[in-house]
Amino acid sequence: MGAGLKRFARNRMALLGACVILIVVALTIMAPFLFPAGAFALVGPALQPPSARFWLGTDALGRDVAAGVAEGARTSLLIGMSAAMGAVVLGAVIGGLAGYCRGAVDIVLMRITEFFQTIPAFLLAMLLVVILSPSVLSVIIAITAVSWPGIARLVRGEFVALGGREFILASAGLGASGPRLVFVHLLPNCLSSIIAVGSLLVATAILLETGLAFLGLGDPNVMSWGLQISAGRVSLRAAWWVCTFPGIAILLTVLSINLVGDGLNEALNPRLRER
Amino acid sequence: MSDVVLTLDNLTIGLPKGADRAAAVSGLNLTLRAGEVTCLIGESGSGKSLAARAILGLLPPRVTVTGGAIAFDGQDLTRLTQKQLARIRGDRIGMIFQEPMTALNPLHSIGRQIGEVLAIHTAMGATARRARVEKLLADVHLPEPSRIARSYPHQLSGGQRQRAMIAMALALDPKLLIADEPTTALDVTTQAQILRLIHELQREHGTAVLFITHDFGVVADIADQVAVLRQGEMVESGPRDAVLNAPQHPYTKALLAAVPRLAVPVRPVEAQGLVVLESIGARKSYAAKGWFARGRATRALDGVDVQLHRGETLGLVGESGSGKSTLARAMTRLLAIDSGEIILNGESITQLTTKALRPYRQKIQMIFQDPYASLDPRQRIVDVIAEGPIIHGAVPAEARLRARDLLRLVGLDPSAAERFPHEFSGGQRQRIGIARALALQPEVLVADEPVSALDVSVQAQVLDLLADIKAKLGLSMLFVTHDLRVALQICDRIAVMQHGAIVELGTATAIFTAPRHPYTKALFAAVPGASWNQSIPAAAE
Repeated sequence: MGAGLKRFARNRMALLGACVILIVVALTIMAPFLFPAGAFALVGPALQPPSARFWLGTDALGRDVAAGVAEGARTSLLIGMSAAMGAVVLGAVIGGLAGYCRGAVDIVLMRITEFFQTIPAFLLAMLLVVILSPSVLSVIIAITAVSWPGIARLVRGEFVALGGREFILASAGLGASGPRLVFVHLLPNCLSSIIAVGSLLVATAILLETGLAFLGLGDPNVMSWGLQISAGRVSLRAAWWVCTFPGIAILLTVLSINLVGDGLNEALNPRLRER
Repeated sequence: MSDVVLTLDNLTIGLPKGADRAAAVSGLNLTLRAGEVTCLIGESGSGKSLAARAILGLLPPRVTVTGGAIAFDGQDLTRLTQKQLARIRGDRIGMIFQEPMTALNPLHSIGRQIGEVLAIHTAMGATARRARVEKLLADVHLPEPSRIARSYPHQLSGGQRQRAMIAMALALDPKLLIADEPTTALDVTTQAQILRLIHELQREHGTAVLFITHDFGVVADIADQVAVLRQGEMVESGPRDAVLNAPQHPYTKALLAAVPRLAVPVRPVEAQGLVVLESIGARKSYAAKGWFARGRATRALDGVDVQLHRGETLGLVGESGSGKSTLARAMTRLLAIDSGEIILNGESITQLTTKALRPYRQKIQMIFQDPYASLDPRQRIVDVIAEGPIIHGAVPAEARLRARDLLRLVGLDPSAAERFPHEFSGGQRQRIGIARALALQPEVLVADEPVSALDVSVQAQVLDLLADIKAKLGLSMLFVTHDLRVALQICDRIAVMQHGAIVELGTATAIFTAPRHPYTKALFAAVPGASWNQSIPAAAE
């Protein structure tokens, strides 16, 4: 793992991405101190352009856009990380079961996975949020539900490939139980690919969340970038700043997570390392 | 004896920074003459393959010729552009690779691939090309050349594919043929045929051949000249008989001494012990799966009866697909059989569940073929070895302490315990694999080709270690190998397998001096360098 980190550090773009993510994380921590009034507070006149008092201007209701961006960062990261984590766990369990048990279990689980993959992800997420009624938790559940199939297929593939290797046979020959094979030998050996793909999932999860919030399907009591853009779209020509700054925040965050994910993939994946 | 075709003059091939040495090959001088076979022999990592690839300008990225010259046909090949080299490759220098399946394009028919060589380098018309391809395929003794020309690589056997490769390499009657371990991936009987073919064609066409190999038996069969390479430096060269029978350099002597003899060493005869492990009528077939491919099951085991007695080493010998590995895995219950019984110490273990089987697992342990795949890359050595005892209820701290003792037993330093598998060489890893198997204090060791992935000098060490440990701990051993020479060295009794059945079973001496089954006889006849091997006195060890 230490060697992997060193290889990661050699990738300049990935390092840059990591810096941007750190800044975003710092922003979420500092938000309550920078904007004690909160993102929903009406702090000034409506549609003020960026100025010394309101760095990023105010929206149609007189809310501070900067405060919204800072609080939205927390929502995006929270939902992105939790949904990606949920998808990784769910995907690993289903893929692991399919890859370890093979046979009928494999066939059934993989058909279910394919079923989920063929449904348009965004539509399914919308549907789930509507059914569960919009809240942070239901958004996380919805995004998890549409993101796990990729992880499941990855883990299954790795398990199948590793399952034929002699060290797994050797361990079985020592009398190792199923759980021991899975948790001591199989999972640690595909951990690096799971981490790499999982980190990219965070980016897609953030995009899905903004999309849902834009359509008004996010939690109405929580500020988010999607909600900001949605609120500012009617006044886009008169007040460009309301939509633009949350948009830049989304772009930078998603781009840097992708850069970090690619960097991790390159650093941890021995097949790409040769190039 | 005749004219020089190619000279390597002080050839040096540099490796990228961070490699284990600065140059893959340093200061290599070699002269290849028409009508002669020159064998370049060395262990893995000696730089023999890179030397061959340098001639064709096919070095991997970041590896370059840093000094010296390659004189061919009045030109220095190191100074030519890739375009100029491409005109020479295939036309005046032919090449055969180790693995014929990967060297052929699976999407094109054999005839089309050979025809391509002709189309690139000659002005022949399509009909002329087709006729020439069939003539070439007939020259390498492939049956029904026109049918073979229409076939795709996967429809041919390994030996047939290698013949097709040779036909392709010789299509334009090159002055030089480079063969990089062309028989290593083949079964021993096929290997003998291919060696004979190369020899015959080379005599007919007067081609110079650079033959790369790690096997002294092959050298004895085919070489005129021999060059021995160690870590990129040529330590000895000369005519075959001089190098093989009167080696000068200590390294050559050591390598030759490590070649397993085709002879049965004198062993004290012991009374046969009780049967410890037995297979009765074991059957296993692999069905062709899928909705469309029905039937055509492959029979890997066809009613095998075999008994392993306490304290003996029983060899399972056969070619690939003979079912020997399947039998070994079936007897360790790593593979379920379709019918029959596996009996350990008088108890049937055929139907036991994973849990019920665990106490019996302790008694049979397996050593695997591939030292690179048989250790978990993410486990420290101490955990690899201690895993078995911990599964069987040992106190982890004690198991780890014992792991260090075991490392000493297999000839490794106990400090190796804290390191990871990738820090060890193939031979060292195989020792770790043996330590893992011994950690459970088994009664039976099942070794599945434990030395076939190792260099010959390391092979001898690991075989000695196995024999030593077996005697010290009073184990019984089932030893799977494709190499009769190895089997004769280490086994008390030998079972010869073909098509999933045992065709002959007897003591090593009986099998060696009086083989009865025609297949056994064929195997002996095909051992590379058989006549040379028998001529070496056993006292040389």
